[in-house]
Amino acid sequence: MIAIQSVSHQYSEANQISFNDWQISNGDQWLLLGESGSGKTTLLHILTGILKPTAGEVLINDTSVYALSSRKLDQFRGRNIGIIFQRPHLIKSLTISENLVMAQSFARLPTDLKRVNEVLESLGIAAKKNAYPSELSQGQLQRVSIARAVINKPALLIADEPTSSLDDKNAAAVLELLLLQSGLNQATMIVATHDKRVKDAFTNTYELR
Amino acid sequence: MSPLKISWKSIWSKPLSSALNIMLIAFGTGILTILLLASTQIGEKLDNNSKDIDLVVGAKGSPLQLILSSIYYIDFPTGNIPLKDAQELIHNPFVKRAVPLAQGDNYKGIRIVGTDTNFVTVYKLKTSTGKFWSADFEVTIGSNVAVNEKMKVGDTFYGAHGLTGSTDVHKTHAYKVAGILTPQGNVTDNLILTNIPSVWRMHDHHEKEEAAGHAHDEDKDHGEQKKHMETEDSENHEEHYDHQKEPSSVRPDQTGLNEDREITALLIQYRSPMSVVMFPRMVNQMTNLQAASPAMESTRLFSLIGVGVDTLQWFAVLIMFIAAISVFVNLYNSLKERSYDLAIMRTLGASRSQLFQIVIFEGILLTLVGTLAGIAVGHLALQLIGAYQESSQARLTGFILLNDEIYLFAAGLAIGIFAAVIPAVQAYRANISKILSKN
Repeated sequence: MIAIQSVSHQYSEANQISFNDWQISNGDQWLLLGESGSGKTTLLHILTGILKPTAGEVLINDTSVYALSSRKLDQFRGRNIGIIFQRPHLIKSLTISENLVMAQSFARLPTDLKRVNEVLESLGIAAKKNAYPSELSQGQLQRVSIARAVINKPALLIADEPTSSLDDKNAAAVLELLLLQSGLNQATMIVATHDKRVKDAFTNTYELR
Repeated sequence: MSPLKISWKSIWSKPLSSALNIMLIAFGTGILTILLLASTQIGEKLDNNSKDIDLVVGAKGSPLQLILSSIYYIDFPTGNIPLKDAQELIHNPFVKRAVPLAQGDNYKGIRIVGTDTNFVTVYKLKTSTGKFWSADFEVTIGSNVAVNEKMKVGDTFYGAHGLTGSTDVHKTHAYKVAGILTPQGNVTDNLILTNIPSVWRMHDHHEKEEAAGHAHDEDKDHGEQKKHMETEDSENHEEHYDHQKEPSSVRPDQTGLNEDREITALLIQYRSPMSVVMFPRMVNQMTNLQAASPAMESTRLFSLIGVGVDTLQWFAVLIMFIAAISVFVNLYNSLKERSYDLAIMRTLGASRSQLFQIVIFEGILLTLVGTLAGIAVGHLALQLIGAYQESSQARLTGFILLNDEIYLFAAGLAIGIFAAVIPAVQAYRANISKILSKN
């Protein structure tokens, strides 16, 4: 179960954002809606454990993430949270499979090339595993970033505007893959977006005001 | 995938700027390596060759030239001294041992030095094959000479007049190799040793030839040498050799007694420390000769070279400094580009210290590779310089390792850390939420 309780964050004295409490059951797929400036990114960062809120608590599978030490939190994030960004940011100096192996080792998990192949296979890009990011198309790169997010079988999968830079066809494909992968890896998923093409696929919605 | 491997991959992903940094560091380290090796070797050679000789007495002129010609066999002698004067000094109570030297001929640029067994004692020479020279025109050659000229015991060769060049060959007498010295690690490896009468006799004939009106095409270098070995009229010469076979106070078997004969210089070992004060002054004031101390002149020579070495050293340090700044700028700029990459790594579970390691390893790897390349290039370059050096006596080699090179290595590491530490700290401190929300 994932929950936020009375979370608020204050960037400056004048700029404070409070968030409604939110409870997510394991395996649920949620849509996070909000206009730009509504604190969507702030909430996502709080959920992913990279921005400590000024007040409140974030629980992921009964762990209060901001109660962890900085080092423990890094490791927790690596193992339990997979993040997909609007742009597929891969490390340019590493091949596709090295990018995935890197995600395994940062989470302090042993290198598992079978798992790397399995994930790439399920996303249909196994043929590109020894290519460098610069050799792939935008759509392929976005698939790799999904692969990187699910490589460690995270409990929580967070996607921040995963489709907004893609055309209709690719957006639909990526959305399908996200739903498929969260199911395959039994991960709870939160997709933050203002992309109307995505909305219909979700039944659960958390709206920021 | 360790931080080290990520750094390594990152360096390879920008080969041009990495190569530039490595080259800058390698250049600076290379110069420092050459300076270190060369000055160590020159210092060692200076010490090695003069360690058992307290004083050199020769003709008036530059004391440095006297030392260079009689200890290191590099420069031309200052002139000749009368044997009669030399004999007096040999008998002086301050003198424990005196070695007469007669130079004037060469074989393919290798100096043929007439001397006596005192030379063997002073330089503690041993033969590896054959024996020391005894009869006239017998020679014992240094180990390098044997190797480089492929000479062995029993070989014969003709000496040429002067200290370099082979235009004026003494065809009348052939030298015969009687023995080869064990490697000594000093000038004697590159000398041909014989007795003094051989040198005299060679030139007696030479003078005869000249008197007979033979064309004598000596270049300028030889012109200076010409007077060194000028001897008295050749009509007396048979007589001299009778004398030479008689015991003499210098070294009965080899050094002639004739009062008109000349030698090039005397190497002197003192009997007591008191001689240091008294003897050189006595020589310089009381006689027409000049005394020079190898220790003093070597120091003077080294301090002259030292100015150049210092300048080059500062130049190399400057290059290293520029290299450090270049590595710093490179890392700092790439950090700006990579701040998003690094933030992504954090979201994948990388800790702050891992990011710090990634950046600092990159700096260290660059400078480490540069330093190692520089040390290797420095060695090779010095070996190359040595191969092209004319004077075999002062030949430098790049194929030695010095303990001090560890300091170069340490300096390279320090530069890498120095250049990378600020970017690394920035990577450590980076606020990833801020970086990620900017995009």
